[in-house]
Amino acid sequence: MSYRVFDHTADLGIEISGETIGDVYAGAALALFDLLTESSAVRESEERTVAVEGEDEADLLVNFLREVLYAWNGEGFLAKTCAVREISPWRLTAVLRGEPHDPARHRIRMEIKAVTYHQASVRRTAEGWMGRVVFDV
Amino acid sequence: MSDARFRRIDEWRWEIPPSGGMRVPGLLYTSEKLLKGMGADEGPKQVANVAHLPGIVKASLAMPDMHWGYGFPIGGVAAFDLDEGVVSPGGVGYDINCGCRLMTTRLQLEDIRDRLGDLVTTLFQHIPSGVGSRGNLKLSAKEEKQVLGEGSAWAVRHGYGTQADLETTEDRGVMAGADPDKVSDRALERGRDQLGTLGSGNHFLEIEVVSEIYDGTAAEAFGLEAGQICVLIHSGSRGLGYQVCDDYLAQMVKHVHEIRIPLPDRQLACARLTSDRGRDYLTAMACAANYAWANRQLLMHLTRETFEKTLGMNPRDLGMRLLYDVCHNIAKIETLPLTGKNVRLCVHRKGATRAFPPGHPALPAAYRKAGQPVLIPGDMGTGSYILAGTERAYTETFGSTCHGAGRVMSRTRATKASRGRSIPREMAARGVIVMASGRRTLQEEIPEAYKDLDDVVEVVHRAGLSTKVARLRALGCIKG
Repeated sequence: MSYRVFDHTADLGIEISGETIGDVYAGAALALFDLLTESSAVRESEERTVAVEGEDEADLLVNFLREVLYAWNGEGFLAKTCAVREISPWRLTAVLRGEPHDPARHRIRMEIKAVTYHQASVRRTAEGWMGRVVFDV
Repeated sequence: MSDARFRRIDEWRWEIPPSGGMRVPGLLYTSEKLLKGMGADEGPKQVANVAHLPGIVKASLAMPDMHWGYGFPIGGVAAFDLDEGVVSPGGVGYDINCGCRLMTTRLQLEDIRDRLGDLVTTLFQHIPSGVGSRGNLKLSAKEEKQVLGEGSAWAVRHGYGTQADLETTEDRGVMAGADPDKVSDRALERGRDQLGTLGSGNHFLEIEVVSEIYDGTAAEAFGLEAGQICVLIHSGSRGLGYQVCDDYLAQMVKHVHEIRIPLPDRQLACARLTSDRGRDYLTAMACAANYAWANRQLLMHLTRETFEKTLGMNPRDLGMRLLYDVCHNIAKIETLPLTGKNVRLCVHRKGATRAFPPGHPALPAAYRKAGQPVLIPGDMGTGSYILAGTERAYTETFGSTCHGAGRVMSRTRATKASRGRSIPREMAARGVIVMASGRRTLQEEIPEAYKDLDDVVEVVHRAGLSTKVARLRALGCIKG
């Protein structure tokens, strides 16, 4: 997984590239946790299954990340890995492995308020797939 | 500015003439300097995008602090006809009823000059701040629903403030029509332990001193005098508000075909004001707005307690009084003049502040001659302005003005620009004591990441959207 942060005046955008479309979704989830905390300090003691639907690939990406973000800011769960189990343009199931937030070991780097639909995209590139999404921070 | 997109109307106004699917023009209140600084910013494009929405009246407006947001620009104002128009969660923002409250005291700068460090430290200790900060209150499900229905009054009823605080809060700190049953379990869960917390990012609490008075009569009405110590709080509805926006936005994205218009950006998803979905959003949004008011009321209470304890003063001698509380992320049904008639409209203010004129019945009696107090916070350590609402804003901009300095630099660029620097030390050199939960927050919030507050305020003052009453200088600041 590789991602880069792109400039957005008020918010923060990420661009994720991968060989397969599944890599883009899994990479986006990990990028989100990487922005939140130092993922090397996160242990894989629990798992959460996230299943979402969308109208197209971009909508699916936003809806997926909304659920992933809720695992953190609704339930205090931090993930270290993400495995995509099932994927179609309209449906996605993935498994997050990680652990509940432990303030003694996990420093939280920033607040991500929400995942926006603004300019969200998932598209094919010469090398594979590329996804873009903007977070409200 | 020779950009073909704009047509200059006068010194402070630029029009984006309607093209394509725009139903009304865009109208920017700005200056040549601020417009130049906008550069590659996509804000003006977003102003034009908002003009595509059904039922929008007059113009899609932008205030001088406008910058690129998602969907709607930040610093945008748009009003919609109640029959033909829409409501858009993205036109309010995730932090529903993010806003400011300013408290005055009986203290003068010389009274606390030597105690400033203690005050900032104890405020930082007593006021929960930072990412996902939890408050000292853990609400039961029943209590939380009462907060959502009652707003500030809930806090006052439980001893966290006085009746007088309600008098000087926009809408008395409660939005009507709030029905907690329209708020999701997720949002309720997130709100349960965050009441009375500041949050992170650009939220802050600042000790300030009145450094300049521009309008003596209005200042007197507002209870302001030179050298006086004040406290400014900037916070909102925390995780509950973000979740309400997220829930309804997702629903509206899914059903946007129902309004039968192509949207230039999914983030502009909206629902007819006459539809169940639109009404439900307004109902849930009102709950989040009330949560935010109760939150700021609790933060004020914690501030009062901290000042009293740290300075060993009784409430009467301290005299911490709420000057005013305004929201700057909201959609409201208001009666406003439009082409010579008073009409009811749904006004979206996303990063914009209500600025009602002298004589308006919504104002507390003491301010009725001066106009509504408008609180404009600056970037970290800059201080703030207090303005007064005007007739011109009422008739021209749906009773709205700017909300702050407005970002010019992205957070990543600001973080890079501050690498290797000690921001607290730099602020100290400027005479401001800063304490923050996160180092990153300080880096992202460096003063040069924002437009010059004086430039922004000059535009609204000269354009007549609100007039300068006083300038406040920052002394100490706590951030999340």
